[in-house]
Amino acid sequence: MTTRYNKWVVIAVTTTLLLTTPLWVLVSFLFEPGNENWLHLVDTLLPEYIINSLWLMFGVTIGSLTLGVSSAWLISQHDFFGKKILHWALLLPLAMPAYIIAYTYTGLLEFEGPVQSTLRAFFDPQTVNAWFPEVRSLQGAIVMLSLVLYPYVYLLARTAFSGNTQQIMNASRTLGAGPYRRFFVIALPMARPAVVAGVTLALMETLADFGTVQYFGVPTFTTGIYRTWTGFGDTTTTAQLALLLLAFVSILIAIELWSRKKAEYFAQGTKSASLPATKLSGHKSGLAFMVCLIPVAFGFLIPATQLLTWSIQNAETGFNSEFLTLIWNSFHLAAITAIVAASIALLLAYVQRIHNSRTTRLSKRIVTLGYAIPGTVIAVAVMIPFAWLDNTLDSWMRNTFNISTGLLLSGTLFALVFAYTFRFLSISLQTVESGLKQIKPSMDDSARTLGANRWTILLKIHLPLLNRSLLVAFLLVFVEVLKELPTTLILRPFNFNTLSVKAYEMASDERLADAGLPALLIVLTGLIPVILLSKAIGKSHV
Amino acid sequence: MSKLTVHQIISGHQENQVLNRIDLNLKEGEIGCLLGPSGCGKTTLLMCIAGLHPVQDGEIYLGDKLISSKDVQLEAEQRNIGVVFQDYALFPHMTIEKNIAFGISKLNRKERKQRINQLLELIGLAGFNKRYPHELSGGQQQRVALARALAPKPGILLLDEPFSGLDVELRESLAREVRSILKTEGITALMVTHNQNEAFAIADSVGVMKDGKLLQWDTPYNIYHQPAHPFIADFIGQGALIQGTVCDCHQVLTELGLLKASLPFGATIGDKVSVLVRPDDIRHNDDSEWKLEVTNRAFRGSHFLFTLKLPDGEKVLCMSHSHHDHPVGSKIGVELEMDHAIVFPLQQESEMSTAFATLMESN
Repeated sequence: MTTRYNKWVVIAVTTTLLLTTPLWVLVSFLFEPGNENWLHLVDTLLPEYIINSLWLMFGVTIGSLTLGVSSAWLISQHDFFGKKILHWALLLPLAMPAYIIAYTYTGLLEFEGPVQSTLRAFFDPQTVNAWFPEVRSLQGAIVMLSLVLYPYVYLLARTAFSGNTQQIMNASRTLGAGPYRRFFVIALPMARPAVVAGVTLALMETLADFGTVQYFGVPTFTTGIYRTWTGFGDTTTTAQLALLLLAFVSILIAIELWSRKKAEYFAQGTKSASLPATKLSGHKSGLAFMVCLIPVAFGFLIPATQLLTWSIQNAETGFNSEFLTLIWNSFHLAAITAIVAASIALLLAYVQRIHNSRTTRLSKRIVTLGYAIPGTVIAVAVMIPFAWLDNTLDSWMRNTFNISTGLLLSGTLFALVFAYTFRFLSISLQTVESGLKQIKPSMDDSARTLGANRWTILLKIHLPLLNRSLLVAFLLVFVEVLKELPTTLILRPFNFNTLSVKAYEMASDERLADAGLPALLIVLTGLIPVILLSKAIGKSHV
Repeated sequence: MSKLTVHQIISGHQENQVLNRIDLNLKEGEIGCLLGPSGCGKTTLLMCIAGLHPVQDGEIYLGDKLISSKDVQLEAEQRNIGVVFQDYALFPHMTIEKNIAFGISKLNRKERKQRINQLLELIGLAGFNKRYPHELSGGQQQRVALARALAPKPGILLLDEPFSGLDVELRESLAREVRSILKTEGITALMVTHNQNEAFAIADSVGVMKDGKLLQWDTPYNIYHQPAHPFIADFIGQGALIQGTVCDCHQVLTELGLLKASLPFGATIGDKVSVLVRPDDIRHNDDSEWKLEVTNRAFRGSHFLFTLKLPDGEKVLCMSHSHHDHPVGSKIGVELEMDHAIVFPLQQESEMSTAFATLMESN
C-alpha cells in the first residue's frame, strides 16, 4: 500500500527541498568565519541595527496592542454608533503598506506640508518649527508601523473576545464580578494567547520592513543587509547579517506557534450562541466611536486621501505609457507568482491529504516558513546560489563551446518569481488547505471505489470544488507580490520597474507627489484581501 | 415564604414575544424544573431571573427584594444568583480551586480555603484543587461548575440544561447526585431541561412551557397523571387522544366504554371531548373477551408497545410483557385499567396529529 503513495511523497519533499534551497545555502554561511567587513560591522553599525530593531519592536508592540485590543474589546462586547461599519473598517489599514503610509505622512507633515503651513499661519512660525516632531525618525517609524500592523492584533483579539468567552463573561457576572474585573481577570488573560499571536505577526512584519526604515533613515537589519549587499557586494557578511536577523525571527516564530496552540485550547468547549452586546449610549457611545475611528482614520482614510490628492494633481503627467508599462510589469509578475504558488500549494496540500505522515507534515512546516522570513533575507538567499549557478554555467559554456549564457537565473524574472513563491506560499497553502478540508474524505473514497485514481480525483473532483479557494489563494498572493518592495528591489532584472519600486524611487528622490499614483494603485488592489477577509468573518459570526 | 417570585413576566418584543406573562413561585429550599421543547423560552426565563436578559413587563422578586421589572434591572453581578451554564463556562485559564474561589474573593484566605475544600468534598472531587478544567471529564467539569456557583451561597441557583453535554447513561445518575448536593446545601434551585427523566429525577415541582407560556406548574406526579393541557399530555410520557362524549359531570362515553372523569372546563352533556389514554391504561390479557387489532408494534426490551385499533378506527397504545409477542394484524385481548380519565376540550385536527406524532414515531 505505502509504496503506491511514495511517488507523491517524493514529489512533495523534492518541491520543498528545491524551494527552500536558498535557506539552506544561507544557513551554510553559519560555518563561514567572519571577514574584516563583518568585524568592522560588529564594531560599528551592528549595535545600532540591533538597538533600533529592538526599539521598533518594543514600540510596535505597545502601539499595536493599544490600538488593536481597545478596538477589538469595544467591537466584540458593545453596541455603539457606527459599529456596523467600524467592525470591518478597522481592517482597512491592512491594505496600506507601511512604506506608502510613511510617504504620505512625510508629505503631510514635512516643512512645506499642509499641516505645518497651517500651524505657521496661526502660531509663531519659530515655535512651530521648534516643537513640531520629525516624522522621519525612529518614533515616526514606530507610529507608521503600528498604524498599519494593529489589524493583526485586532483580528485575533476580536475572535478571542467574541468566541465562547461570552458565556464565561456571563458566568463571572453571576459570581459578582464587575466590568473591570471581568476585563482584567477573565477576558484579557483568556485572549492573551491570541493577542500574543497577533503581536508576533505584527513584529515579524516590523522586522521585515525595509521601505519605511530606509526612507526614514533608521538603520536596522534590513537596511543593513541591503547596504552591505549593494554597497560592498560582500556575500558572506550579507548572509551572516541575514542569519542574525533570522535568529530574531525564529524567536518570534516559536512564540507564535506556542501561543496559537494555547489559543486553540482556550477556545475549546461548546460554542454558545452569542448574547446581545452591551448597548452604549450618549457620550459613552461617542467615545467608543472615537476610539475605533482613530486607527481607521490615521491608518487608512487620511493617507488614502493624500494619495488620491497627489494622484489627481499628477494625473495628466503621471498617467503615461511608462505608467502602463509599470502596471503591466507588476500585474503579470504578480499573476505568474500567484498561479505558481497556488499550483504548488494545491500539490502539497493534496499530498498531505492522501499521505499524512511525519515526512509530509515536516516538509509542509519547512516550506511555509517563508512567511516569517523578511523579503531582504529571501532576496539575498536566492541571489547567492542563483548567481553561483549562472557563473558556473557561463564559464563552463564559454570554456567548452565558447558561448556566453549570461545570467539565466539570477538576472531574470525567474529569480523574482522563485523568491516570491517561497515567501508567500504559506498564504496560498493555508487557503487551499482550508478549502480541501471542506471536501469530505468519503468523497475521495467513493471516487476510488468507482475506479478513479489519485490524479483523476484531484482533477475531476477536487479542482472543480476548490475553484473558490484557489481564486482566493490567487488574489491574496497577487496582492502581496504587488506590495512587496525589498525582494523586488534586489532581484529585479536591470531596468525592470514595478509599481512598488517606482513609488520607492520617486519618494527617495523627494518627488512624493509622483509616488502617489503607483502607491494609490497598490492600496486599491490591497483592498481585495480586506474585503475577502471581512466577508469571511461576517459569515462566521456577528 | 417564597424565595423566588416571578410575576407576569413579559420578555421580547411584540411581534416576537419570547415570554408571555409567566408566573411562578419557589419556596425556600425547593427545587423547580422548567420543561419544554427548544425555543419555548425556558432559557430566556432563566436569563431574565439571572439578570442577563431584560424584561419588558412584570416583576421578579428574590425573597421580598424586587430585582427585575420594567424599570428596575439589578445588575447580574449584584443579584447573588448562581448560574450553572449549559457549557459550564469554566474559566479555562484558572485551576479548579481558582474557579471556585472566583465568587468568594471577599472571604479571607482561611475561610475561602475551607469553603473550597468543603465543596470539592461535596462534589466528590477532593484533591482536585490544582487541576485545570480541560484535565477533567465532562461530568467532573459539570460538578465543578456547580460547586463554583454554590460557593458564594447564592440566594437561588439556576441551572441551564446542565446535563445536556453529557452521555445519556450519565445524565440521570448525575441528576440524582446534583439533587442530593442541592438538598445538602439547602439551596433553592430552578433548572431548565427538555428531558423529562432529568426533570423527574431532580425536581420537587415541574413546569411545562410552550411558546413562551407556562402551561402548568405542579408536582411531577400531577404533571404526568393530571396534565392540564393536551400538549403536556403529549410532551410528557406517551399516550393517545381519543374522542368521547360527555354523559354527565362525572362520566365520558368513548369507544373504550364509559369512563369516570372530572370535567374542569365548562363542558355540558352531549359535548364532544378528547380523552387521554396512556399505554398503562390498557392492559393486555390473553383471557379477555375484548379483542383489538394490532396495527403496529415496537419491541422495547422489557416490554412491547402495541398500537391497537378501536372499532371506529381510532388508535390507542398498550404496553405488554415482552414475551407476549403478537404479529401485526392479529387480535389481542385487552382490559381497561383506568380509574380516572383526563379530558380536554375537543382537539383540532392539527393538535390531534401532534399528539399522535410521538406515537407514530415510536413505531
